[in-house]
Amino acid sequence: MALRERIFRVPSRGGALFTPGDAVVLLLIIVALYAGVRLALDTPDVIEGPAITLDPAALPYYTLLSIGRMLAAYILSMVFSIFYGYAAARNARIERWLMPLLDILQSVPILSFLPVVLLGLVAILPQQIAIELASIILIFTSQVWNLTFSFYQSMRTIPTEYREAAAVFRFSHWLRFKNVELPFASMGLIWNSVMAWAGGWFFLMAAEMFTLGARDFRLPGLGAYLQTAATQGDMQALALGIGTLILVIVLLDQLIWQPLLAWAERFKVSQVANDNPVTSWFLNALQHSRVANWLNQRTFAPFSRWLDRTLNRPPQWVAGLEPSTSGRRSLWGWVFLIAVVIGISFALVHAVGLLSTVDLAEWGKIAVGALATLLRVMIAVSIAMIWTIPVGVLIGTNPRAAAILQPLVQIAASVPATALFPLLLMGLLSVPAGPDIAAILLMLLGTQWYLLFNVIAGASAIPRDLQFTSALLRLKGWKRWRTLILPSLFPYIITGLITASGGAWNASIVAEFTTFGGETSQVTGLGAEITAATDAGNYAVLLASTLTMVVLVVTINRLVWRRLYRTAEDRFRMDQ
Amino acid sequence: MNDRVLLKVDHVTKMFGQDKRQFVALKDINLTIREGEFVALLGPSGCGKSTLLRMITGLISPSEGTVFYRGKPVQGVNPYATMVFQTFALYPWLTVLDNVALGLEARGDTSKQRFTQAEKLVDLVGLDGFESAYPRELSGGMRQKAGFARALAVEPELLCLDEPFSALDVLSAEALRGELMELWTGGKLPTKAILMVSHNIEEAISMADRIIVMGKEPGHIVTEFAVDMPHPRDRKDPRFETATDRIYAAIAGHTLPEADEVGAAPGSEGQTRMLPDASVSALAGLLEHLNGEVQKVDIYKLDSEVGLEMSELVQIIEMGEMIGFVVVKEGDIELTPLGQAFAEASILTRKELFAQRARRLPMIRWIMQMLHATPGKELPRKVFYTALLPEFIDELAERQLDIAINWGRYAELIDYDDRGEMLSLAVSNGKAVAAAG
Repeated sequence: MALRERIFRVPSRGGALFTPGDAVVLLLIIVALYAGVRLALDTPDVIEGPAITLDPAALPYYTLLSIGRMLAAYILSMVFSIFYGYAAARNARIERWLMPLLDILQSVPILSFLPVVLLGLVAILPQQIAIELASIILIFTSQVWNLTFSFYQSMRTIPTEYREAAAVFRFSHWLRFKNVELPFASMGLIWNSVMAWAGGWFFLMAAEMFTLGARDFRLPGLGAYLQTAATQGDMQALALGIGTLILVIVLLDQLIWQPLLAWAERFKVSQVANDNPVTSWFLNALQHSRVANWLNQRTFAPFSRWLDRTLNRPPQWVAGLEPSTSGRRSLWGWVFLIAVVIGISFALVHAVGLLSTVDLAEWGKIAVGALATLLRVMIAVSIAMIWTIPVGVLIGTNPRAAAILQPLVQIAASVPATALFPLLLMGLLSVPAGPDIAAILLMLLGTQWYLLFNVIAGASAIPRDLQFTSALLRLKGWKRWRTLILPSLFPYIITGLITASGGAWNASIVAEFTTFGGETSQVTGLGAEITAATDAGNYAVLLASTLTMVVLVVTINRLVWRRLYRTAEDRFRMDQ
Repeated sequence: MNDRVLLKVDHVTKMFGQDKRQFVALKDINLTIREGEFVALLGPSGCGKSTLLRMITGLISPSEGTVFYRGKPVQGVNPYATMVFQTFALYPWLTVLDNVALGLEARGDTSKQRFTQAEKLVDLVGLDGFESAYPRELSGGMRQKAGFARALAVEPELLCLDEPFSALDVLSAEALRGELMELWTGGKLPTKAILMVSHNIEEAISMADRIIVMGKEPGHIVTEFAVDMPHPRDRKDPRFETATDRIYAAIAGHTLPEADEVGAAPGSEGQTRMLPDASVSALAGLLEHLNGEVQKVDIYKLDSEVGLEMSELVQIIEMGEMIGFVVVKEGDIELTPLGQAFAEASILTRKELFAQRARRLPMIRWIMQMLHATPGKELPRKVFYTALLPEFIDELAERQLDIAINWGRYAELIDYDDRGEMLSLAVSNGKAVAAAG
C-alpha cells in the first residue's frame, strides 16, 4: 500500500519553517473562527435532537441517510478539487495560495472546528438543515484538501509530451480534459477518494452523535443509532449497528472502490505491463454481464456521445504551452483585494477584542489543558508504536502471517474509531479514571492503524539484498533490529506518526468531554476546554481554545514532525 | 520560387529565464523551408534544435524575430503543422485507432467516418491488425508508426519530426526510416514538406535534401549542406562518406588554443566554459580505446565502435580536449602524448596526471581558491551554487558543480561530504593550492 506518499505532499522547500503564507492562512482561520463564534451568540440554549429508534427495521433508513451525507460531502469535494486544482495548476497567483493553505489545513485538527461550525450554522439556519450542513462541511473539510492536491499535482505532472501533443493536434478544452487530463489524474483521484471516505466515516460518526448538555446536535443516522444503543445499554442494537457499518464499508469497497481501482489500471502511464494489477471480481462480472452492457449502451454511451457533440468545439486558436507571464492585477482585482483586506482586518480587530476578554486564569486553564492533551496524545501514540511495530514487521516480512492477519487488520481498521466510542464509554465510565482511559483508548483506536499500515509498507519494502546481507553477517535479535529493520522503517514510522498524532488531536475533541446517558463527564484537556466552552456558551474561551489547538498542532508539526521527516528523507531513504 | 516558400524563420532569438538568470537558447536563427523539401536540423544536444522545432509548430513563441508560415506570422499553435515525438506521446489509455482518430475529432469530425480515415492511415504505416491494441502492447517501432499515423491523419502541410527514431533500437529505427522514405519519395504522404530534428549524422544524410547544422552556447546555425543524392542512399557510397566527414568537421570543429579551450573562471571576465558532462572513468575508457589504434580515428565511426550515443561521446571528447589528453581536427581524433601516458599509466599515476591538468581548469581552480581562502578550508555547496547562478541556470549550475566535484574527487583535489553538502580541500593538497593560487 502506497501510504507513505500521502504525507507532506507539499514540498518543504528551503529551510524556512514558517512562511508569510502561513501567517496569512492562520489569520484567515482566526477570521473564520471568529465569524462562526460571532454567529453562535444567537444559538438557542436548548436544541431538541431527533428521536432515534433502535428498531432494526429503521437501520436501512439510517444507513441511507449516513451514506447520503458522505456522498454529498464527497461530491462537493470532488467538484471543488477539480476546479481549484485546475485553477491552481494554470494560474500562478492561485497556486501561491494553494500551498500554504493546504499545508496548514492538512495538519489542523478538523474536528476542533465542529463546535464553532455547528453553533454558527444553527444560529442562522433552521436547526435540522444547519446540523446536516455542519456535518457535511466537516466531512468536506476533511476530504477536500487531499483530493485537491492530488488533482493539482496530476495537472502539474502531466508529461510535457502529452500536453504538446494535445496542443499540436488542437484539442478543445473538453477533449483535453476528457482524453488527457482526467485519465491522467484518475489514479490519484481514486486512491485519494478511498482515503477520503475512510477518513470521512470518522467525522460523520462524530458529527452524528454530537450532543452538548441541553443541546442535542445529533442527526438521524448510524452514528446516532450507535450512540443511543450504547446509552440505553442495548447490546444487541449496538452489535447490529456496528455490523451494519462494517457491512456498508466492506460493500462500498467491494462494489465501488476495488472495481474503480481495477478499471483505472488502464490509466497508468507506465508503458510496460504491470506484474500484479489490482483486480476486482465485481468489475469482471460487470464486464461480462449482458444487462450491464445493455444498460451502458442505452445510458452512458449516448450520454457521452451527446457530451462530446455539445462540448467539443474545435478551437479557432490554440495557445502555446509557455506559462503566460501575466501582467498586473486588474482594477477589479485590486478592489476585491482591498475589500478582503478590510474585511479581514475588521474581523481580526473584533476577534482580538473577544480574545482579550479571556482572563489570565482562563488562559492558564487552556495551557494546562493543552499539556494534558499533549500528554494523552503521546501516551496513545506510544502504545500504538509498541504493538504496531512488531506486528507490522511480522505481517510485512512473513507472507504466511500476512495471509492470516492482513484481512483481519483491514476489517478492524475500516471501523471508524468514533463509532466504537459509545461502547467504550459504556464500559469505562464507572471504572476509576474511566474517562481518562476512554479518551486515550479512543485516540489509540483512531491512530494505530495509520501506524500499522505504514510499518507493514515499510517492512515489505526492505530491500532483499540488505536482508540477505544481514543474514550473511548473522545479524540476530536486537542487533538486526538496530542495523536493518529500524533504519529501514524509520521514514515509514515517521510518516505514520504524523498522521497518527493528527488523528489523536482530532479525537480529543469528542473524547475529553462526553455526554453519556444524560451525564456529562470531563477530563482536563484542550479538547475538553473547547467542548465545555461550547456547552457553557463561553464564546471567548471557545475561540481562544480552538485557536490554541490549531496553533499548537501546526507548530508541533513544523518544529518536530517536519524536521524528523526531512531527516528520514535525507538519511534513510532506500530508493535513490 | 518564392511562392512555394512554406516556412520562414526570420531573425529568431529565444531566451529562457529572467533577469540575471536569463540565458540565450537560440540566437538569430534564419531559415526557409519550401514545398517538397525534406530538411534536417542537426546538432549536438543542447544546441536548441528541439526548441526551434517547437517555435515552428507554435508551441512556444520566439523572444525576438518572427516565424512566418506562408507569409503570415505564426501566433499560437501552427494549424498547418503536426509533430511526431521522440517519446511517441501516444496516450496509453487509448487504443492505436483512438489515438489516431483523436486528432480528427479535435478538428471537429465527430462522425463515425473519422475511424475509417484513421484506419486508412493505420494501414498506410503498416499497422493493420493492431487497431485495437494499446500502446503498451506494441514494440517501440510500432508505437512510432502509430505516432506517424496520428500526425499524418490530419493531413498537415508541414510534418515535424522531433528525433523520431532515437528512442528506437537500431534495427527498428533503420526499418522505419526506410518505410518513411519510401512513402515520402513515392508521393504517398499528404504533406508538403518534412522538417526533422536529429543528432545522428548518418540518419540526416540518408534522409534529408538539406541539412542545417547547428552549434551550441548559444544555439546558432553553423552552416547548411545540400545533399544531392538519389534515394535510397547507400552508406558505402563515397559521396555519403565525404558528406559525413564534412558535416562532422562542421559540428565538432577542432581543438582551440588552450586559453579558449578552458575559458575563464566563474565570476571573472570572459565566457565561463561549461564542463562537459562526462566522468573520468568514461574518459579513461575512451583513451584506452584510442591507445589501441595506430593513428587518427574518424569520430563519426567511434560511436558504434565504443557503443555510445553520439551525444555522450561528444561530451567525453570535449572533456578530453579540455584536459589536453586528445586533439580533434577535421573529424579526426588523436591522443596527445599526455593522453597516451595516461592510458598506459597505473591508477596512482593516472590520478596525478589528471590532477595536474584538472587544476588548471578555471572552474576547479576557482573552487580550490575559494576553499583555500576560508579558515576551515571548507564551504557549503550552496555557496558555490549561488556563485554559479549568474552564469548558469538552476539545474545547469547544480550539474556543473556535480561534474566539478566528480573530477576534483578523482584528482584528490577536492573532498565532498554528501550528507552535509560541504566541499573541502583534499588533505594532501597544500602544495596543490599554492600552485593553483
